[in-house]
Amino acid sequence: MSEKKTTVKKNGLSPLAWGLAFGIVFGFVLQKGGATKYDMILAQLLLTDFTVLKIMLSAVVTGMLGIYLMKSLGWVQLYPKSGSVGMNVIGGLIFGVGFAVLGYCPGTIAGAIGNGFLDALVGGVIGIWLGAGLFAALYPKLRKGILAKGDYGDVTLPRLLKVNDWVVVIPAAVLIILVLYWIESAGL
Amino acid sequence: MNFLTEVRWSPYAVGIAIGVLSWLSFLILKKPLSCSTSFASTAGMIERLFRGKKVEQKPYYQKIGLKIDWQWMLVLGMVIGSLISALLSGDFGFKWVPALWQSAFGDTPLLRLIVAFIGGILMGFGARWADGCTSGHGISGTLQLAVSSWISAVCFFIGGILVALLIFRVLG
Repeated sequence: MSEKKTTVKKNGLSPLAWGLAFGIVFGFVLQKGGATKYDMILAQLLLTDFTVLKIMLSAVVTGMLGIYLMKSLGWVQLYPKSGSVGMNVIGGLIFGVGFAVLGYCPGTIAGAIGNGFLDALVGGVIGIWLGAGLFAALYPKLRKGILAKGDYGDVTLPRLLKVNDWVVVIPAAVLIILVLYWIESAGL
Repeated sequence: MNFLTEVRWSPYAVGIAIGVLSWLSFLILKKPLSCSTSFASTAGMIERLFRGKKVEQKPYYQKIGLKIDWQWMLVLGMVIGSLISALLSGDFGFKWVPALWQSAFGDTPLLRLIVAFIGGILMGFGARWADGCTSGHGISGTLQLAVSSWISAVCFFIGGILVALLIFRVLG
């Protein structure tokens, strides 16, 4: 993730201003969805309320169709993250434990603060900073070891399967919509 | 404009709005929406306050850069956007202990704060280990069909579901 400075001038606003504007919309809609609340996130993890998954999956379908269409038109490129088994499985599980214990994620905790939740502000955010700082301290030891285990780079499913993007995009969209339909018809 | 003052929107309306926001982010910022790196750069900037410039030499901080960037502003914007939404609908309120937590473990703020702090450490650490969070991997990465992100997102939920069940069905 070596962030190269992309200066976006043609739209008049700086990347910082766009970031702020996108964040305001993102936080606004997350709050409207109830995802800025511990109770909603835990209800999802306890499998009693599927609002969080509905939000995520409908964002993924919408985003995927639009972004692959714009990619086909040559308007955008993809930025898939590199990964490995060591990174994504172990890191993902540690994150998951934190997700359940904290009850917010790095994005929704910002929304939770705006919503007035003081456990997010006083306990959670300081913890996330500390955890991230701890990782930075250990990074030199981890990067050549466990983080490099089972490396698969920044591959996407269409590239992995060596097929045209749409051969994966369309079935993935259909599958996600079926999952959402099933969740709804199960009354969850 | 009644919809702006409603407390709750359909999750599908929210999801579609986030999907459209991701289009704009790819088009205008040339970046996928993501949140957690900014917590690491903030950690580095705080450390720099106490320990000086040498903090910038840490390999991880070299990699991500210690500055207020678009993503830092995105997270700040999320606080503001959520505040606006909650104020418009009357859903804003200061709260130390969430209702579900209170129903199982009581209304002592200190216990909840300690647990939130520990959870935060695990989450901050895990997000950097996996190189992404629920937005960077869970939404932006999965919508690009990135293998790293689908594996991460599934692991987020496996870990999260198991530990949530442990907390509320075994301990609580």
